[in-house]
Amino acid sequence: MSYFSTVPQAPPDGILKLSVLSRADSDPSKVDLGVGAYRDDNGKPWVLPVVREAERRLNEDPNYNHEYMGVGGLPALTDGAQQLIFGSNSPAIGQGRVYTIQTISGTGANMVAAVFLKQFKRPADAAVYISKPTWGNHRSIFETAGHEVREYKYCNYKTLTLDIDGMLDDMRSAPEGQIFVLHACAHNPTGIDPTEEQWQQIADVMSERGHFPFFDCAYQGFATGDVDRDAYAIRLFVDRGFELLVAESFAKNMGLYGERTGCLHAVCQSSDVIPQVSSQLNRLSRATISTASAYGAKIAATVLQDPRLYEEWLQSMQDMSQRIKTMRDALRDKLVALGTPGSWDHVSQQIGMFSFTGLSKLQVDTLRNQYHLYMTDDGRISVAGLNSHNIDYVAQSIDAVVRSS
Amino acid sequence: FTSRVQPVAAARCLSAWAQVEMGPPDAILGITEAYKRDGDARKINLGVGAYRTDEGKPYVLNSVSKAEQSLLQKSLDKEYLPITGHAKFTTAAVELAYGNGAADNASVLGRVAVTQSISGTGALRIGGAFLQRFTAGKAIYVPTPTWGNHGAVFRDCGLKVAGYRYYDPSTNGLNLGGMLEDIRAMPKGSLVLLHACAHNPTGVDPTPEQWAEIQRVVEENEHVAFFDMAYQGFASGNVDRDALALRSFVAGNKAPVLLAQSFAKNMGLYGERVGCFSVVGADAGERDRLLSQVKILVRPMYSNPPVHGARIAGEVLADPGLRQMWLGEVKEMAERIIRMRAALRSKLEDLGSKKSWNHITDQIGMFCYTGLTPQQVDRLAQEFHVYLTRDGRVSIAGITTGNVEYLAESIHKVTKD
Repeated sequence: MSYFSTVPQAPPDGILKLSVLSRADSDPSKVDLGVGAYRDDNGKPWVLPVVREAERRLNEDPNYNHEYMGVGGLPALTDGAQQLIFGSNSPAIGQGRVYTIQTISGTGANMVAAVFLKQFKRPADAAVYISKPTWGNHRSIFETAGHEVREYKYCNYKTLTLDIDGMLDDMRSAPEGQIFVLHACAHNPTGIDPTEEQWQQIADVMSERGHFPFFDCAYQGFATGDVDRDAYAIRLFVDRGFELLVAESFAKNMGLYGERTGCLHAVCQSSDVIPQVSSQLNRLSRATISTASAYGAKIAATVLQDPRLYEEWLQSMQDMSQRIKTMRDALRDKLVALGTPGSWDHVSQQIGMFSFTGLSKLQVDTLRNQYHLYMTDDGRISVAGLNSHNIDYVAQSIDAVVRSS
Repeated sequence: FTSRVQPVAAARCLSAWAQVEMGPPDAILGITEAYKRDGDARKINLGVGAYRTDEGKPYVLNSVSKAEQSLLQKSLDKEYLPITGHAKFTTAAVELAYGNGAADNASVLGRVAVTQSISGTGALRIGGAFLQRFTAGKAIYVPTPTWGNHGAVFRDCGLKVAGYRYYDPSTNGLNLGGMLEDIRAMPKGSLVLLHACAHNPTGVDPTPEQWAEIQRVVEENEHVAFFDMAYQGFASGNVDRDALALRSFVAGNKAPVLLAQSFAKNMGLYGERVGCFSVVGADAGERDRLLSQVKILVRPMYSNPPVHGARIAGEVLADPGLRQMWLGEVKEMAERIIRMRAALRSKLEDLGSKKSWNHITDQIGMFCYTGLTPQQVDRLAQEFHVYLTRDGRVSIAGITTGNVEYLAESIHKVTKD
């Protein structure tokens, strides 16, 4: 009898299951609005010109090799990433109270944060609060690390806007000193972000209750097209004197997806605790991956450190976010023009890669089975999957399905 | 925005991290830093865990470079890989490890559940997490000594870590009797970590006959064999020879086999983090079941693995011309190491050293456990500018035709009394 006979079959990953179905569908009108990767107006993956340029330079460098990086990662990347997130004039950086470790993209940064917090959080029984809803992997990452995970209200499912009162209520009524996972910008999956005033209220309440902020920042520059605007919430909290952790990903904003390039930043109250905090982050990362991957880090560092490439990159992010905004507005306008029942303003008001359409699971299934339109069961669409060639078809399909429900 | 710097709530007047203890210092890092600070022209760094040419330089393999250039020409995208990684790479990696010759081998390849991993460390971590989840209450046994990071990886997985006797300091060789005794003494069904070849840090490998005895005892006691193979091809120069122990356990079809595979050294892909974790299932159906659970473990760790290094390794393994070139380069690296071992030993003997230095050439792979004491190691650093770890471990890759003589003289001076 096999040693492994008692190992049960695990359920397949929901989102990936969707892409398997989508790939198997050969209908010419098929539209994939599932996976969260940017697509150009022809529905193709887009490798940023600055990334190609950085690759070219790397490969032409006679000193280019594949040697190990240190446990902390590539300094040119971690330094550049710090400045990008916190601002080059950030007093926190100047005071030497930020430590940054390179990670396997955003997921890896979340994982390192989760493991670190499990070991060192105070109180030791602090729960981790995630938004309802949130990225599917958040719960899994924090539960795997051994935390109790709870939800805070976030999305008003009727209006598909932020339930700020519910969110603040949950923060006030939670025991003191809990950990809150906050999306820095371009909330996944809803696309609903707090306004600057709402962020200030959130900071007020978190400060009153002594809560610890963990920011997940996967879309800086990709949300509004402006890296400083997109970092508003993080910088506000730093300014207010919070200690915090930030998971940063270059998957979307630099299109480095599969190169797995990211960082975890720890902002501490003073530089005094940096030696021990950094030693523990390094220790735990060493026991999971030893060091993060070099290639994507070198590309990102090249872009961050070269002024001309950096400017071009900012422009590319504006272009990507602008195309997405255009598609949002177009979808909303077409649905309104078709007279599709319901309100569709949320589609253009939401921000970032995703839109929470408000479509029901039944409607989602119908769209998939009859119209070859793929989106996740919660009605989330990847707006990047929309383009000038398919937008009419998508609007008409949604219209048809909503009317017949 | 308003620059209203407020102190955070009373509960957090002190840093949240004030009570965080300082982590353990990194022994190897300390060596490297001392070496860097040393201004003496004769200085030698024998702590390095990466291959160096006879000029003491990092080596980018030609086969790797060619593969990378050819990939660059294709202007591929950077889309996410699946959770289990680049299929062209993992398929080829499995064949490389488990063999692709015999007719019955097809049945093995068809039942191996494999995922790309963050090099060898990542593979060990996935394996440790897998074993922790599905083999409740078992401890994992590692050889004494073993790679410094094994304990940390497995403890962080929630496994208890214990040791089995392995290295005999009196012979600088294998303590087979002690090893077999300890394996027999483990509770039935224990997890046994085995270095497939080129044991790190000692360089002491069992002979094929000794491996057969080890296998028998592991099988008799229904233990699980978790192989760490970080040096396939790099030990003897021949990839099949270096995988003999692994393949023999698989052919035995008794002990469950897991494998952590690294391409850091044998392809020089170090920082690109290229590796695989695999488990041999009973059949294809079990393979699918095991793989489904491996994916559940990987997703909250890092979602999916890095694409670049895997594409390179996939090209090198799958393209016949590149593969031949690679096999030749691995052989050359292994042979340079073997030459340096021979040179060091013969120079020590020529200097009239009374000590026995056979172990330098008996041992295999990147590392040599010299038998030097911590005091001797300290003297080597302070008086002779020769840097190695205090357990007496030398990275042979740091030895060159240019420095072997000075190295032999230095070692002789600190050991002749």
